[in-house]
Order: sequence, then structure tokens, then C-alpha cells
Amino acid sequence: MISMELRSRIPSGPIQSKWDTHRFEMKLVNPANKRKFTVIVVGTGLAGGSAAATLSELGYNVRCFSFHDSPRRAHSIAAQGGINAAKNYQNDGDSIYRLFYDTVKGGDFRAREANVYRLAQISVNIIDQCVAQGVPFAREYGGLLANRSFGGAQVSRTFYARGQTGQQLLLGCYQALEKEIARGGVAMFTHTEMLDVVLVDGKARGIITRDLTTGAIEAHAADAVVLATGGYGNAFFLSTNAKNCNATAIWRAHKRGAAFANPCFTQIHPTCIPVSGDYQSKLTLMSESLRNDGRVWVPKKAGDKRKPNEIPEAERDYYLERKYPSFGNLSPRDISSRAAKEVCDEGRGVGETGRGVYLDFADAIRRLGEDRIRERYGNLFEMYERITDENPYRVPMRIYPAVHYTMGGLWVDYNLMSTIPGLHVLGEANFSDHGANRLGASALMQGLADGYFIIPYTIGDYLANAKLEKVSADQPEFVAAKAGVESMTKRLLGIDGKRTVDAFHRELGALLWEDCGMARNAAGLQRALARIPEIREEFWRNVNVPGSDAELNQALEKAGRVADFLEFAELMCTDALHRDESCGGHFREEHQTPDGEALRDDTRFAYAAAWEYCGAGNAPKLLKEPLVFENVPLSQRSYK
Amino acid sequence: MRFTLRIWRQKSAGTPGTLVQYDAPDVSPDMSFLEMLDVVNERLMERGEEPVAFAHDCREGICGTCSLMINGVAHGPVRGAATCQVHMRSFTDGQTIDIEPWRAQAFPIIKDLIVDRAALDRIVQAGGFISAPTGSAPDANSIPIPKQDVDDAMDAAACIGCGACVAACPNASASLFTAAKVSHLGLLPQGQPERYRRVRRMVEQMDLEGFGGCTLFGECQEACPKLISIDTIARMNRDYFKATMAAREESKAAAGSA
Repeated sequence: MISMELRSRIPSGPIQSKWDTHRFEMKLVNPANKRKFTVIVVGTGLAGGSAAATLSELGYNVRCFSFHDSPRRAHSIAAQGGINAAKNYQNDGDSIYRLFYDTVKGGDFRAREANVYRLAQISVNIIDQCVAQGVPFAREYGGLLANRSFGGAQVSRTFYARGQTGQQLLLGCYQALEKEIARGGVAMFTHTEMLDVVLVDGKARGIITRDLTTGAIEAHAADAVVLATGGYGNAFFLSTNAKNCNATAIWRAHKRGAAFANPCFTQIHPTCIPVSGDYQSKLTLMSESLRNDGRVWVPKKAGDKRKPNEIPEAERDYYLERKYPSFGNLSPRDISSRAAKEVCDEGRGVGETGRGVYLDFADAIRRLGEDRIRERYGNLFEMYERITDENPYRVPMRIYPAVHYTMGGLWVDYNLMSTIPGLHVLGEANFSDHGANRLGASALMQGLADGYFIIPYTIGDYLANAKLEKVSADQPEFVAAKAGVESMTKRLLGIDGKRTVDAFHRELGALLWEDCGMARNAAGLQRALARIPEIREEFWRNVNVPGSDAELNQALEKAGRVADFLEFAELMCTDALHRDESCGGHFREEHQTPDGEALRDDTRFAYAAAWEYCGAGNAPKLLKEPLVFENVPLSQRSYK
Repeated sequence: MRFTLRIWRQKSAGTPGTLVQYDAPDVSPDMSFLEMLDVVNERLMERGEEPVAFAHDCREGICGTCSLMINGVAHGPVRGAATCQVHMRSFTDGQTIDIEPWRAQAFPIIKDLIVDRAALDRIVQAGGFISAPTGSAPDANSIPIPKQDVDDAMDAAACIGCGACVAACPNASASLFTAAKVSHLGLLPQGQPERYRRVRRMVEQMDLEGFGGCTLFGECQEACPKLISIDTIARMNRDYFKATMAAREESKAAAGSA
């Protein structure tokens, strides 16, 4: 096997002009020729939906796939808080450079500067585009757009549509996509799951899918493939992701040769509703915006079981305000999450399980009145009460961190192309912009930047240069890939063991949460690395997948996804073990400052770790993309 | 808590279905309705039986995937909530609960509790959008929009496309779904150029899909997990009337000049 190399293709020149220069230097596809190219887009969230719609508007032939019954149901829909853009409408000192700077720093210096700068540049166009589509962003009485400060930012650059920003942005791009479907530019395949990528002459030329209604396995040929299939947070079983989110598309692409970068970078969101019982199927995020007015605390004394209202002020520890006086309750996600874990580990956690901290609005209600709080957070308070049966206007909310977002993903170059030529990866599925920690309201921005404004240019350059032969879905490469998928399906159905798919998934999730969650150490990771292959071995011997492959079979869908998580988890722990430093969401207990902050090791680890698949049973090979910081000087994050 | 469930089981679109009884013991009041079904399914699979197929995804009331008729009520007993946001504490211990799929001619059953709602996407394809190709937008603050207009548009835009309005309607009409989109886009200045063409085409598509007509029962707004008001239907009807009158005038004028 000839080992791959990582060519980041970062344009030369000053950071401010890299994207402009690159756009000029890229080859264009003649308008009349665009319709001769077919592009497959997998996933219809913000990244995939915006890419599919825009590529079709440009004249490409698009074939778009979603496992949902409608493209509108992709998980981007659940994003609550908002989307950042360097509009500086509030005149508070924001700029493209500041958004760039904040994102690189917030990512704890593990992202590629050039990509982040481009993201900040494009952010302003995204807001324009979304407003033109009819996205009802919040407005002031004068009719102009409203902004709020979000997730630790010291400027107000976040645009929002109540607590449903993701929904409204996704509906904007879904509607653009449906418009293109009606025009005939996009052939839409709903309720269809991608199960493999097909390579011809080393280039991505198609995919294998399963029709989730009929069970039919089909091959689809194209000139290029775009994956926008989201992150891998559901490896943990419990996360804020939707139940069907999975890593199958990116994992199977990885096994075909796409390097997987920084899989240990996962984001734990500090404000989620705590677990209530063994039956728990997912965790619900409470928007981070709540931290603008809520104060986080726990009792000073361990084991204090009094009701929150009975604990006097002097016996409360507002630990975020105490430890980080300038950022306080708005400290970044990773710092806030870890601080919550620490106080719970000390026995000061609240609620029945002791895995929770208070988020208290009493002061804000006294200061602003209940009506103002209702206006700001009414829907979130309602959601909380519905789930917990407690009224947060009267008693403090209980929150606890939960897996929320994954910064790692398939490695991509500046053009968003993976190490497989022709295979492009957008949104959460790639690794590119958030480094080791994503800032609030930046995921929506990245998804739409990739889909609306980057891939439409860069894919043209690829297609114009690639000299592609015609391929057909009947040729041997497709037939072989299809046979591979069919045989895996048959194998899963034939095991006829004793344990359900969910039983394995829960076991894996609990292991990852314990040993590769908010805080990691070498011993725990080694333990997980020893245990994962055992769970996987038992899965393939003892899982029970009822039903047949020729019908809608949800257990079979899940089984394939969990089989992939069981392989992926090993890579995640391998990466976490190898990264012998702490950075952002990756906190290695061995590496911390005397105050318990993440301690980076820039001499040894200022690189993106991209792992190459070397076959089942073989250790993956580590490739390093050095990260050079020419514009934002490397520094220790400080939120004191 | 303990429940007796009577769940609609149907192998496929072409085969007849029936209600099958299951026992659900040891249910915690803090479980969501779907978590209760998860537990029932785990037990079925442990016994080697096929689990009940039901549609679900985000489990926080925003994706619009879940779609259950619970005791004859779309999304069950909690007002302004999708099925996934209903918790077992909303039921009485020992109760019998009937669980069925959405029933409508335009929503054929795929399996058990899962129906095909592609008709709703086709209504959007017919005109539920603003044509603003990527790159063509002016600065976002170039058109001020009164806060009230945006708030009203947002109320309508909150629709999650679940189809509960259709399931709840005695006529299986998709008027609330269609009207929500017509209102969201029609209330905004950006939506004006295509306003009348949009409403005409969407309403025509709704009829083509086999949804029934609206006779203003108002069951839809009761079932809507986002509490979208039937005021949107009045708005749609007004716009539709104007659009068809304008079309008639145009064709008359065309006939006159010919």
C-alpha cells in the first residue's frame, strides 16, 4: 500500500487575500458543461442541503441522499442558539479578524488558520443569503436585525430566530433544495442510507445505498461525491444528537482511504438536562444562552441534600464566577463542563443521581422581572418543565454536561476534499474549522459556509482538472462494493444471538463516557482500548437482529451503525491516547496547570492527527499536518 | 406504572393491519412516551419477536419525525407537544393506551406506525420557497422588517412538518401545513414577488395529493405541536382568492385581446 500524504493546499499570501486569490486561480467549469457533471451529495442538513441546492443552481446534475423521510428532518434542525457572523451591526468592535481570532483561540490552536479566516469572511454572506430566503431572524423595533452575545463571546455577533435558529436556517436551505428538486436539477432520494463509497482508479465515483423502505441495495455513479453526514457523537449512545445520527458514511469512507482527523476531539456541552434513569434514550440540550442570565452553583458542602431554596447564600459555591471572574458563567464550553464534573466528583453534585449542578435564575428574575425572563427563555423553560416536571421560575434548573458535537472528522484540504480524490466532506463530518473546541453558534456558520459558498467553487476546480472517464454503476468496482454491503447485511441478520443492538450500544457508550469523555488519562484509555475489541467480538457473535433485509427494518439499520461505532470507538481512544497533551475538549488529566486548566504541548502536538486505515486488525497509521500560527500567536487560553 | 398497549401492527403497505395487545409493566413516570416504546421493543426483541416500527429522531420536538395517534389524539394528551415530548406521567396508572399511525389517504402506511409523508414535500416543491439563488442576496439589513411582521412570520414558520394537522382533521386536509408556509413567506417583504403564484400552486398541489378540503373544524390547531393558529388558513384563503381572481382577469384580458 502506498501511503497517502496530506497536502493541505493552503493558498500562499497574506491571510486576508488567500480565499480571493484562490477563487481567482481555481479553474471554472463552462456553464454549458456543468450539466454534464453529476455530483452526489449525501446528507441534507445545513451543509448538504445548501451544497445540493447551490450546485444545482449552478447547473450541475445533483443526486442527493438522506436517510430521513424528508430532507427537512436532518439534525441541524435542532440547533437552538444562533449563528455567528462578523457583521458588526452592533458597532461593538467586531470584525472578520476578531471572529477569526476568537475561533482559532477558542479552538485552542488546533485548527487551520486559513480555513478559519475564510469561515469568518464568508459568515457575513451567509446572513444575507438566509434573510433573502425568508429566514425570520429576530429583529429590533426599528426593523433591523437583532444580535446577542453567545457562548463566551465579548461582542454581540449571534443572529437567532427564537430558540429555533437551526430549524429556520435548515428550512431556508430545505426550501431552496425543494425548489431545485421541482426544477429537475436535483434527484432526491429520501429514506435512503449510504453504506459505501465506490472508488474507480483511486477516485470517488459513486456510492452504494440501501432503500430503507424496500431494503433494496443500489449503486449510484457520479463524477464526485460530497459527504455532509454530520458527526459521531452518538458513539457515546447518550448525546444531544438525534437518535439516528451516525458515523457510518464517514467511517466507511475512512475504510476506503479517507484519513480521519482528530477523532478524540469531542465537545461536551455544559447545559443539558441530567440523566433520569436507565431507560434514558438521549439527552436534551438547554441552550447555552441560558448562561447569560443563569448562575451556576452547587452547595459548598459535599453531600448537602437540602432543597436548593433552603441552602443559604453563604453556603453556595458559584464556582464558575469564583474560578473565572471575568467570564464567570459564560466561560467556554469545555471549561464549564469540566468544572461541573469536578464539583460532582467532589460529592457536591445535586439531584437524585448527584450528577447535576444548579443553573439558577432567581437573581435575574429579581433584577429583570419574570416577564423579561419569560420573553427571553420562555420556550426553554417550558421544555425543561415538560421533561423534568419542575418549574424553573421557582426552583433552579439542574444541568449536567453531555456529548454534543464532534470537532474531529474526515481530514480535508483547503478545498474540502478528503484524501480520496473526488470525495469532499462538509460540515460537522469534516475536521476543518473548530480545532479542539467549537465556539457556540459556529456550527451553523460552518455548515452553511461549506455548502453555500465553498464547495460550489472548489468542486468546479476539481471537476475541471480531474480528467474523469465515464463510469457506470454496472462496472466491477460498483458490483463488488454492492456485494460487500449485501454480505454484511446478511451476516448481521444471520447471527441470531441473544443481545439487542441497543444493549451493545449502551455498553460501548458507557465505556466511552467513562474513559474517553470529559477527562481522559492513559490508564483509562488503555482499559477502553482493551475492552472495545471484546465488545465488538461479542457483538458479531451474539447480537440479535430480527426481521429481514427486504423490508423496513429499524433494528438492521441500527445494527450496521453500531457495528461501525464499535470500530470507530477504537480509533477515537487511540487518538486520545496518542495526544499526550490537553487541548480544548480533549482533557488529559496528566496535563493540567496548577489551577486545573488544559495544558497544551505545542512543541509536540501542534498538528492535526490524521489516521489512515490499514485494514482490519492492523493499527492505523498516523499522518501529521503541522499547524502553523502566523496570525494568532500561540498562547495559553485564559478566561480568568 | 403499568399500561396495557394496543398497538397497530401492519407488515407492509399491501397487507392488512390490526391492533395487537402488549403489556407494559415497570414504566417510570419520567419516561418519555417513546422511551416507553423503546423498553417494549427491547423486551420483544429479547423474546425474538419483531419490534414495533415507529418513526422518531430528535426526541426533542423539532424534527417532526415522530407521528403517533395516541388514544385517537394526534401526538397524545399534551397540548403543544410532539409525541416525543409526552411523558408517561401524563397517563393514569393501569390505563389502556391505543397507539396508531397517522390515518390519511395521502399518507400511505409503510409499516406498523410509520407512514409516507412525501406529499408534504411535494407541496413545498410546488412553491413553498423564495427564489433567492445563492450569492444574489443584498445586505441583510437593507430591508427593515417590522418586528411584528417577523414575529408573526416566525409563529407560522415554527411548523415542523409532522402532519399531525392532517391526522387530526376529519377531512384529512393539509390546510394548516400549507397555510403555515404560505403565511411565513407571505408576511415577509422578500416573499412578495412570488406571493400569489406560490399560494395558487401550493393549494393546487395539496388537492392533487388527495388531501381533503378544509371546513374549519379547527382540530388541526388543537393537535399542532407548535400551536400554529388557523388564522393562517384565513390568510391562505384570502391570498388564494386574490390569486385565482387575478388569474381569471388575466385570462379574460388575454381572450379579449385575441
